[in-house]
Amino acid sequence: MNECKKSKEALMHTINEISFAVNDMTLYLDTHPEDKKAMEFLRCKLQERKEAMKEYARYYGPLTIDTVDENGSCFWNWVMQPWPWE
Amino acid sequence: MWNYEKRLQYPVNIKTPNAKTAQFIMSQYGGPDGEAAASMRYLSQRFTMPNRVAMGTLNDIGTEELAHMEIIATIVHQLTRNLSMEEIENSGLGPYYIDHTDAIWPQAAGGIPFNACEFQSKGDPITDLFENMAAEQKARSTYDNILRVVKDPDVADPIRFLRAREVVHFQRFGETLRFVQEELDSRNFYAFNPSFDMPAKCSCDCPCRK
Repeated sequence: MNECKKSKEALMHTINEISFAVNDMTLYLDTHPEDKKAMEFLRCKLQERKEAMKEYARYYGPLTIDTVDENGSCFWNWVMQPWPWE
Repeated sequence: MWNYEKRLQYPVNIKTPNAKTAQFIMSQYGGPDGEAAASMRYLSQRFTMPNRVAMGTLNDIGTEELAHMEIIATIVHQLTRNLSMEEIENSGLGPYYIDHTDAIWPQAAGGIPFNACEFQSKGDPITDLFENMAAEQKARSTYDNILRVVKDPDVADPIRFLRAREVVHFQRFGETLRFVQEELDSRNFYAFNPSFDMPAKCSCDCPCRK
């Protein structure tokens, strides 16, 4: 359904980058809640993260319980995908 | 990696503070069978589990235990809000107050500080899973002891929820233990460490090996 499917490693790299931006902006906004520019940047990153997490779940298995259902599998994929320390 | 959800797994709304009850219940935060020990135990042990079902069960129960720490801390916090100096002194909470005011700090009901020796991470899944089943029962017994002395329904209600979760976790660990044992060589059932002596099984990508 997606013509330019990213490799597993590339997509994970993207998720790591976007997610770190979200983590760091969260801390910044905790102490700068009025910063509209930062808020706009975070909004953008949150959307990108949501889409990347969905895409990863669809092709390579879920990274969160909230995206477990993305690939429409009737099999419990959560536990059988590799764990990050393997 | 973890992300925080700004809610309790089970709601806590205590209207009447009670220093004595707080002192009893804080044991389930940092005591010998408390939620901190439970979470650290499972989140540490998961690295040396021999298959993904066991890794996943430990990961997900260890995560839930973090939420239970938060519930216990909330109960203790709400029980110690707006106490008078007289109540603190008469209830026996005095020594805790001297060191921590009304802050949350991990210790047992008797004052012994939280210690990693409350749990093991042995690197042998049979050993570890048996410990976990025992740990869930010990925590369940502690909740039973708490419920015998707690009269306030605002406190007893979330404690009953936590007690029920101990029973569920015990059940899941029992199933995990059975799953791990079924993968062992029946002629050598307890003689080796399936994670250390047979490391090839650790990285098996096929969950459907029969």
